[in-house]
Amino acid sequence: MIKARGLTKSYRTRTGTVEAVKGVDIDVDAGEIVAFLGPNGAGKTTTQRMLTTLLAPTAGTAIVAGHDLRADPVRVRRRIGYVPQGGSTSAEATVGEELVDHGRLYGLSKAQSQRRGRRLIAEIELEGTWERQTRTLSGGQRRRLDIALGLVNEPPLLFMDEPSSGLDPQARANLWRHIRALREDRGVTVFLTTHYLDEADALCDRVFVIDHGEIVARGTPAELKREVSGDAVSLRLRDLDDVAAAIAVLAAIPHSTLTRSDGDMLDFGLPDASLALPEVFAALERAGVGLAGIEVHRPTLDDVFLSLTGRALRDDPVPTAA
Amino acid sequence: MRFLSDTWVIFIRSMRLSLRNVVWLVIGISQPLLYLALFGPLLKRIVGLHGFPPGNSWQVFTPGLLVQLGIFGALFVGFNLIGELRAGVIERMRVTPASRMALLAGRILRDVVVLAVQSTILLVAAFAFGLRAPIGGVILAVILVTAVGAAFAAGSYAVALRTRTEEGMASVTNSLAVPLLLLSGILLPMSLAPGWLRLIADANPVKHIVDALRALFLGHVATETVGIGVLCGAGLIVAGLAFGTRTFQRESE
Repeated sequence: MIKARGLTKSYRTRTGTVEAVKGVDIDVDAGEIVAFLGPNGAGKTTTQRMLTTLLAPTAGTAIVAGHDLRADPVRVRRRIGYVPQGGSTSAEATVGEELVDHGRLYGLSKAQSQRRGRRLIAEIELEGTWERQTRTLSGGQRRRLDIALGLVNEPPLLFMDEPSSGLDPQARANLWRHIRALREDRGVTVFLTTHYLDEADALCDRVFVIDHGEIVARGTPAELKREVSGDAVSLRLRDLDDVAAAIAVLAAIPHSTLTRSDGDMLDFGLPDASLALPEVFAALERAGVGLAGIEVHRPTLDDVFLSLTGRALRDDPVPTAA
Repeated sequence: MRFLSDTWVIFIRSMRLSLRNVVWLVIGISQPLLYLALFGPLLKRIVGLHGFPPGNSWQVFTPGLLVQLGIFGALFVGFNLIGELRAGVIERMRVTPASRMALLAGRILRDVVVLAVQSTILLVAAFAFGLRAPIGGVILAVILVTAVGAAFAAGSYAVALRTRTEEGMASVTNSLAVPLLLLSGILLPMSLAPGWLRLIADANPVKHIVDALRALFLGHVATETVGIGVLCGAGLIVAGLAFGTRTFQRESE
């Protein structure tokens, strides 16, 4: 559905040329939900704006929804939908007006456009809002309207830029449900950008991690997490005197690495805690080491990002809807 | 064909939203009336002054107001576009196969219609205040102002697309509008100006358009003044539309 090679965007500024996107390759198959994950300014939005014909690439080629991005942008536009970041509607316009006008820009007749708009409104659970001005909608409703607008031309491929930013947790969960339904019910391929790890994790089949304009990793969320050095386990010992014995036991467990020892707390890494922990418990018991508590931390995409880039992906607290 | 239907969709949409904005409507209509009522009477006193152009004060003043309304009003339409840019509306429309020119043309068409209506209101009110002018000349004057207004609107949209903020837009339009306005003889005719000022003003195309309108209001249609004004207008139209469409067609910004 998307095949991009060496996609590059550079800007000339007063101080020289800035490479916002440095030759990325992207392959997305039909029916996938794929996330572009990275911090603000990593080049996610720039890449997406190139793929949606909004920005001409400096170099590189791309076939998007079956058409060449450079040679035939108009055909690409016919076959894609786009949900911009931060909304796409006029506050004073009504839901129905926006949908009908948008459909007509795709060459639909007024009647066709109305039929399609009404059906989309029902599908995305905005019934009864047709006559309402968009400013009277809640943040979550407005975002769903943005999606409906992106689907007016019934595209096989939908781009979404930071779909859940600015939504409260409930509205996010609801939005995710709708995005999954797009694939299930309509077979739509979804390509979204996000800087929320939980979003990429919960929603996407595959993730491209982008940083400083380069794709630094790609794979399913599970694959990416596996690349990070396994699970982290914290043990709290019942008796401070057992620390040395416990360290000796852990050293004998294959592939375990002690990362921290602090008072009665021991942190260590295991490739797969679910398989190795029974053996750890048994060995500790044989050595007479009693446990007061245990905590297992499975890696998140946050850890993936940290291990790939050496930096934490700033994960803003989810803001509440305005 | 595609261009025309897209333009129509954008025109209807823009017009609908403008009509919904009651405050904007009231301001747009009342401003020229305020000029007529509060500034017009002052001019009556200076009609006899040396250098004042021929005609009664309303024949001199009303053309100036038409330009003020049409040209300088149009310079500020870009502020609407910044609102739409911020709301993501422009982005959404640019991902459709709609003609890029139509996205611009539909909005300009709205501005032109609004301008024509405002001009008519202004002229009817001026008539009530005492304007007497040949109808043919007045119609030609409105056509000229509206056409040049369309060019200024196109330029204004281009500036909006390039600056993308109200602040940037305001500094560009104000630094352009104030000298153009002062040197156009809109309020007081440039024929009252000292020689050096008149010389600078002659470089301002808007000044020649104002002169042409005043000639048209006197019924002097086939004159050199009108010819120069129309040429200046045509130049501005070509420049404004070229700047506007070029900016709208650029894929990147």
